[in-house]
Order: sequence, then structure tokens, then C-alpha cells
Amino acid sequence: MNFSEVFKQSNHLCKVSPDGKYLATCVQYRLVVRDLSTLQILQLYTCLDQVSHMEWSSDSLFILCAMYKRGLVQVWSLEQPDWHCKIDEGSIGLVSSRWSPDGRHILNTTEFHLRITVWSLCTKAVSYIKYPKACQKGIDFSRDGCYMALAERRDCKDYVSIFVCDDWHLLRHFETETQDLAGLEWSPNGCVLAVWDSCLEYKVLLYSLDGRLLSTYCAYEWSLGVKSVSWSPSSQFLAIGSYDEKVRILNHITWKKIIQFEHPATIDNTKAIVYKEVDRRPAVVSDELSLHNITMGSTLFSTQSKYEICPLPVQIPVVKPEPDRANPKIGVSVLAFSSDSRYLATKNDNMATAVWVWDMQKMSLDTVLEHTSAVRCVMWDPRRPRLALCTGNSKLYLWSPGGCVSVQVPAEGSFQVQSLKWHCSGDSVILLGKDQLCLCYMDTDYEEK
Amino acid sequence: MGEWRATNAYMEGPEISSISHVTISPSRHNHVPGYSFPLSRSSYSVISAFCTEDNVPQSISYLNQELAVLGLSMCIEASSAEGASLKAVPVLNTMYELLQINKRNMCALEEMEKEQLKKLSTLEHIQISNSRLKDQLELSMREKSGLHETERQLQLKIKTLQSCLKTEKEEVQKLQSIIASRASQYSHDAKRKEREAAKLKERLSQLLVDRKERKLAIDVLNSLGRSDGKRSMWKTAKLSASHESEMYKTLLGDYETSRKALILENAELKKVLQQMKKEMMHILAPRQQSTSGATAADDSQEQVESDEEKAGNTSREAFDHSCELAREQLLNSIRQQWRKLRNHVEKLDQVSQVHNQMESNKETIPLETHEDEMERMRQEVQQCREFIHAQQQLLQQQLNTSFDDETAALLNDCYTLEEKERLKEEWKLFEEQKKNFEKERKNFTEAAIRLGREKMSFEEDRAAWLKNHFLNATPFANRRRYSSSDGQSALSVRSEPEVRMSSAKAKRSKSPTYTTFSTPKPSRSSPVPSTTELYRTLRLLPDGSCSKHSNRGRWLETSTVEEGHPQIKSNLQARAEHRRRKNRYYRSALGKRKRTNTQRMSSSSNLTTMKKAVQQLRFEASINRVKVSQAAVDLQQFCLQNALQDPLLTGVSSSTNPFRPQKVCSFL
Repeated sequence: MNFSEVFKQSNHLCKVSPDGKYLATCVQYRLVVRDLSTLQILQLYTCLDQVSHMEWSSDSLFILCAMYKRGLVQVWSLEQPDWHCKIDEGSIGLVSSRWSPDGRHILNTTEFHLRITVWSLCTKAVSYIKYPKACQKGIDFSRDGCYMALAERRDCKDYVSIFVCDDWHLLRHFETETQDLAGLEWSPNGCVLAVWDSCLEYKVLLYSLDGRLLSTYCAYEWSLGVKSVSWSPSSQFLAIGSYDEKVRILNHITWKKIIQFEHPATIDNTKAIVYKEVDRRPAVVSDELSLHNITMGSTLFSTQSKYEICPLPVQIPVVKPEPDRANPKIGVSVLAFSSDSRYLATKNDNMATAVWVWDMQKMSLDTVLEHTSAVRCVMWDPRRPRLALCTGNSKLYLWSPGGCVSVQVPAEGSFQVQSLKWHCSGDSVILLGKDQLCLCYMDTDYEEK
Repeated sequence: MGEWRATNAYMEGPEISSISHVTISPSRHNHVPGYSFPLSRSSYSVISAFCTEDNVPQSISYLNQELAVLGLSMCIEASSAEGASLKAVPVLNTMYELLQINKRNMCALEEMEKEQLKKLSTLEHIQISNSRLKDQLELSMREKSGLHETERQLQLKIKTLQSCLKTEKEEVQKLQSIIASRASQYSHDAKRKEREAAKLKERLSQLLVDRKERKLAIDVLNSLGRSDGKRSMWKTAKLSASHESEMYKTLLGDYETSRKALILENAELKKVLQQMKKEMMHILAPRQQSTSGATAADDSQEQVESDEEKAGNTSREAFDHSCELAREQLLNSIRQQWRKLRNHVEKLDQVSQVHNQMESNKETIPLETHEDEMERMRQEVQQCREFIHAQQQLLQQQLNTSFDDETAALLNDCYTLEEKERLKEEWKLFEEQKKNFEKERKNFTEAAIRLGREKMSFEEDRAAWLKNHFLNATPFANRRRYSSSDGQSALSVRSEPEVRMSSAKAKRSKSPTYTTFSTPKPSRSSPVPSTTELYRTLRLLPDGSCSKHSNRGRWLETSTVEEGHPQIKSNLQARAEHRRRKNRYYRSALGKRKRTNTQRMSSSSNLTTMKKAVQQLRFEASINRVKVSQAAVDLQQFCLQNALQDPLLTGVSSSTNPFRPQKVCSFL
């Protein structure tokens, strides 16, 4: 495993192009594009203000930089560095900006979700979509880029509009049976749209592409409901994480529950392996602490850690949520399927230090990774069943069915991994610190071991 | 009556105490005369008698009367008319009778008394128990009242709780209604707010659109082509229709794929079903034949066959076109099969239960033996563990200290403690000898220094001599080596470790020096055995080349022929080496054993090395052993004897020295 040197970045704005060749990072108002193989700077663009959002187009030719405060969007071309495009939303404001799947349209959401403006880079045409709903995930493109589903709110009722992304033709428009729609997500094959209600009600609705209601699922009533929803890459399973600390898996034929995964505080499932991160502070004798170690600085304060297999049963630390606060820190908030749909990683918010990995073939708990601090980010390798996670310290944690490992990031000073992103080939991981980033290259023979 | 009482005063106690006797007292009094007869006789003179001389006949008649009353037929008759004397026989008879009666009465009385006592005690007992029961009754009554009280209280509580529940329920209902009303109110308000917000948004957007001062604008250098390279089309009905069709196409495609998957799965399941059916039939058919009688078997066979046919038909149908009817038939047949299977399994269970019971009786003994066996095995395992532990400890010791290593080796091997001690003693002796040697060595070194000075004086003479012989000189390297070995020989006596070192050194440079040395040797007039030579002879390598062997043999021969000292020394060294080797051997053996504990002995190379070691040991064992003291004395003697011949002490005559210092070269 190798690590690159540390680069600057701001706002965690760092993205690899979809073709995996370039790395774009934002440093304040500058946009830096590097070649990923050499890490040499290819292009340097200067935006008008501090960039708050950055995104590659699907064909890796353009980069969108949004400055929400100024209501501006700037688009840069990689092929023609002198080509430029600036979109000014004016006084109506801007809260979100994104590419359409074809990479030739930009969808800007105005302040107060008044409307969505669709700007075409081909024809300079503008079109508006009215009544978009301000919610958790109100807009979703199908995986093939053909359709866009948009949650709308009109006359105190929830609607879903399905657009054809080609020419923004409204294909379907239907009312959903939700009190307060919270999000929608296309199945990876693009034929089923999962729609879920806000947390006040447990309700998941499944619509076909043509707007027919396929099924409704409700596990319980009254108490807080759905927290997260995720499709398996094979479209075979729909995982629903809820506030009752359970994950329910629906099948794709009858849309009934296959199984529910619970997150108990005591793990006594003998088939599961529990890896616990154990700190090993370097033993320092008091007289040795003097000059010698202080000069070494970073090594003194960094702690060694490793995973140890815990004998069952294992007690996982649970933080009780405050009952009088809104959005209680409880329930399953992270659901991530591995690329081969074989494993599901979950995180329960009141056990923030633990990541649970479930085997979808055996439909059982496979591994629990317990850490010394709360898990910040969990990501699957886009190619292999390999999980990378970080807990906001200077270590990178990796899990694969063969075992798990924690790696110290060998950067100068304190490099605290806040977030991470896999390269699309799965050969490297981008580690994002507070205002720095670092590339971690996986050994290619790591797999064979 | 009063008189009777006076005479029978002792009888009064029981009379008074017993109430029951009161009723029969008259009869008692009737008895008394007979009873008190002897008494009255004794007090005859004292008390005014019943019968006097005057009233004999009256008394007789009276007595007769009394006797008649008592039921005694015999009567007392006066022997004479005057009645002064009585007829003795009847009187005696009556007396006897009376006595008998009295005795009987006494017995009865005693019994009665006993009975009375018993009754009294029982009465007492009953009274006590009665009182106890009364107490109990009272207690239970009290308890009962207490329970009544608690029951009442509980009922009261229940009543209050029920009322509470009612109120709670009412409250809950009220609250629910409140919540519902609030929810509706909230949703209404929310809707109102939302509408307002929507209105505001509308207005805002309108205002923003109206305000033209800051235009929302796109500023593109030049517009781009579409990513797919096509040109955009006008929005027409045709286009929308095409969109629709496309959508349906994707949907249809999805359904198609899912249908295909389902069909595949279905086929698989059907296959499995078929197989299951077949196997079921296969299982059921022969069993039924065997279990049921011949006629029943035929029936079942037929049934099975018919089922089979049916199943075959249904399956075929199902495969051809999975219509409702076929499915039903399939289900029915499966159900039938299933029922049969269940019955069969139940039957089997019963049979197996019976069988098990039978078996269990039989298998009691084997089970015990099994347990015994297990116990034995466990013990064995325990023993093995202990053994391994002990071995490990020994190994540990061996690793810790060399001494322990030696002892452990000795312990492990067949060498006894005695031998070990003997060796130790010898070692001590050897150590002393060593000290002596060292002293002598010092002397020798001093002498050597002296000699060196003398040598220096000879140098000039030598130079001249060397000049003459320079052209015949041996090769450079050989000379060199000889000089080095010469240097070694200067230190004639060495301590044990040094000996080892030197031997090791010599081992390294052995073969060349040896050959070179052996060639000039015959030319020398007087062969001087130096210590290095001795050492060389003593290097007993089992795997030496044959030439070396022969050389060694020669050397040994010569040394034995010439003098016994090398032999002694060889013995010494051999022993030292032997010990060293032994240690090594033990170590290796131990290591081997350890390995065998952990892994299996594998290679045959081990065997060969072992064989070699054994050979070596045998050879070493065959060497004649001499005590160190003897050896040392001999050695000393040898040294002193040969001191004259030692070139270091006497100097080498220039004519015999084949090696000259190089210095001469510079002169040429």
C-alpha cells in the first residue's frame, strides 16, 4: 500500500473524473485538474468566488463549479481550456446545481425550491420545472441516464414526475400516497422507483416506470420510520433502514420482506466475527519522555492500533439518544451494498463506532467492525468486495472477506481522514482530510494474498 | 354396716375413689364377711365376736342364709344339737368357696382399677387435645377473620383501581381525540401554511421575473454539440409517442428478463419436484411391499403405479402447458404422496422406537466399555500432555544454560549420573592441569622470547646461506603458510578453548597445508612433531577424504611409533572433542525429538547424518583413554625430551632450513 503526498483542497471538493483519468480539486476559488497517474497539474482554472460545489460531467470533458452564495455556475472544459461558460441565476438564488446525465444540461435548483432551471449548453435554452419538493432526495436519475424522477409538491399533495432526460419531455406525472414524501430512488435497472415517506410514517412505495403502484410496504406504525433506503446493484434487494435499529430487505418479485437484520448491543451470533480496534499507545517511560520523544512529535501522539478478534459475546457501546431532541441519533443511517451485491454494510447511529457487514447470500451477519471512535464514512470498492472506512483519525480501515486491517496514513503533521472516495478502478482511494487530501494506492497483489 | 367399715378400713380408699363401685357396694359388703374372716379370727378375742357360745345356732342359720343368698348350696351344720361345735367338712368347703370368690373378686377389682387408670389417662389426653384443638380453632378463626379483612380491602382496592382504569381509559380516549383533533388541526394549518408558502413562492418568482435589472443569463463561448452527436428535435406528438414506446420497451424488456428468470427458476423447481416425486415413489414402493401383506402390497403397488402414471401425466402436462387443472392434479398427487410418506415415517418412527428400546438393553455394556475406553484415552492424552510438558521444560532448560543443556542432555540420553560426575571430576583435574600448563606456557614464552633474540643474532648467517639457496626455494605461498604454522607451534601448550580455536583455524586451512607439509617432510632429516601437527593428527573427521584418512593413519602410526605423547594428547583432545561432539549430538537429537513432537520425521538425510554420528561416536569410544594427569606428565616429559630438537630452542641450522625469510630477496 502506497500513499501519495498531501495536496490542498477545500470544502472536501475533490472528485475523480468518471473515466478515472483525472482528479479535480478545488482550493478556495481555484480549480486544479491533475492527471491521476502522474499527479501532475494539467489545468488550473480560476473561478469567480469560493467554490461550494464541483462536479464532473458524465463524459469527463467538463467540470461544473457552483458558487451558491453568488448564484453562479461556471463550467470549464478540459479539452478546450479557453472555452468557458457562466450561468448566472440572478437574485433568485441557487441552492443546488448538478449535471444531467448527458453532460450537456445543468439543473439548478433555486432558493426556496421555487423551481429547477434546466440550462442547455447545446442550445443555450432555458426551461423551468416548477414545484420541486424540498426534501431529502427529491431528484434522481436512472442509472442509464434516460429518465429523471422528480418529487413535486402541489396543493399539499406529493407528486412524482418522470422526465425523459433527452429533451426534458414529461413522461409521467402521478400522485403518490404519501403524507410527506422524503425521497425517491430508481432501481439500478431503471424500472422501479422506490418512494418513501418522511420519518413520521413508515411507508415505502414502489412504482413502475409507467407510474403504476407496484407495492406498498409498511413495517409498523406510529413510531419514527424510514431513515435510509438503498437498492442492491443487482436490483434484487431493497434495503430499508429505519429508526427502530433494523434493516429490512425486500425482494424484487413480491416486494415482501425477506428478512430483517437487527443491530443488537450484544452480539452472540456465533457465525459472526467481531473485529475490535485496539489502541496500543507506545509505552513511554517518564524519563524517556524528555527531549528525545518530543522532537519526534508526531510519533509520540499517534497511536498504533490494530484489529483483534473478540470472543463472543461482545458488548457494543450504545449511546442513548436524547428523547427531547428532534432527529434522534438512533437507527440505521448508512446502507451500502458491495458492488457484487454479496455484502451489505450498515451503520446504526446509536452505535456509531461499529460497522456491520451482512452476508446477503447467507442472509446473516458476517462481521462487525468496532472502532475506538465514531465511523465517519463507509465506502465499498467499486470492483471488489472490499470496504474502506474512516473514523476521523489518521487511519484508514479496510475490510475484505479475508480479514481487515488498519493503516496509518504516513503524512506529516496531523492528517485526519474525514471522508474517502474510491477510484472507479478500485486501485486507489482518495482520503480527504480537513483541508488536505492524499491518495492511497492499493497493492495489486493485495487481492491475491 | 358401720362396723364392717371399721374392720376393713384399708378398703375405703379405692371405694371412695371409684365412683363406679358405689353402685355395687352392697354386693361388696356381702363379700366382706368371707373376706374378713381371717382377719376377724386374728382379732377374735379383741372384738366382740359375731358368734358367741350363746348364739351358735342363730349364727349358723344366719350364715346358711347368707350362703344361700350367695348361691352356695352347702350349709353349715352343727355337729350337735347344742351347736357348740361345727361339722368341719362343710364349713371348710364353704370357706374354700368363699375364698375362691374373694380371690376372683380381688382380681376383677384389680383389673377394674387398671382400666380406670387407663381411662383416666386417656381422659386427660383427650382433654389436652381438646384444649389444643380449641386453641387451633380460635387461631383459625382469627386467621379467617383476618383474611376476610384483607379480601375486603383487596376488593376495595380493585374497585378503586377499576374506577381508576375507567378514568384512565376515558382520559386516553380524550387524549386520543385531542391528538386526533390536534393532528387534523396541525395538518390543516400545515396545509394552509404550505399554500401560503406556495403563493409566496409564486409571487416571488413573478416578482423576480418582472425585475429585469439583473438578468439570469447563460454566457457560453460557443454552444456544444450533443453528447450523442444527434441534433435535438422539435417537441412533437410523434416524439412523445416515441418516448412512450421507448418507455414501454424498457418496461417490457425488464418484464421479459424477469419472466425468463422466473421460468428458469420454475423449471428448476419442477425438476426438483420431479426428482423428489420419483425418489418418494422409489422409497415408498418397496417398503410397502415388505411391510404389508401380499394382497395389500398388490393394492398399494397398483395405487402407487396409478399415482405414478398420474404424476407422469401431470408433469408432462405441466411441462407442456402449466394450466390450472394440471397444477391442481400435481398438487393433489403431491399431497397424497406426502401423506403416505408421513405415515410411513411415523411407522418407521414407531418401529425405530421399539427397536431402540431393544437396542438400548443390548447396548448397555458396549456403552460402558466405550466410556471406559474414553476414560483410558483421556488418561493417555493426559499422560502424553505431561510428557510433552516435561520435554518442553527440559528444552527450555537446555536453552537457558549450557550446563543445564548438558545435564538435560545427559538426563535425556542413556548416560547415567555417575558417568556425568566422573566426567566432572575429570574436568576438574583437567582444569588443574590446564593451570599448570599455562604456567609452563609462560615459561616457554619467556624462553621463546629469549630464543627470538638469539635468532636475531643468527639472522646474518642465515642471510648468507639463504642467498645461496634462494633459487631452489619453494613457492611463496607455501613458505608463508609454513611460517604461520610455525608461529602457532611456538606456543606449544594451549588452553582448551585455544586448542579448539586453533584446531578450527587449522581445519580451515588444512588440506593445502597438509599436502605441502607432507611433501617436504621426507626430505627433512629429523622430523620435529610440533603441536600443530599434533592437532592436525587429532582432527578426527568422520567424513574426511580417503587421502586424508591415509595421511592421518600414517601420522598416527608415526606418532605412536615415535613416542606416546601425541597419543596422550590426542586422547585428551579427543575426549574434549568427544564431549563437544556429544553435546552437539545431544542438542541435535533433542532438536530432532522436539521436531518429532511437533512434526513428523521426514527425511532420510537425517538418518545418514545420524549414522555418521554413530560411526564417529564408535570411533571415538574405541580410542584408548588416559587420565589427564598422566597425559600432562607425559606431555611435559615429551616437551622436555624434544627441547633439544626444537628449532625454536636450539635454532635451525642453515643447512636444514628449507624456508628462509624473504628479506633476502631485496638483496638480489
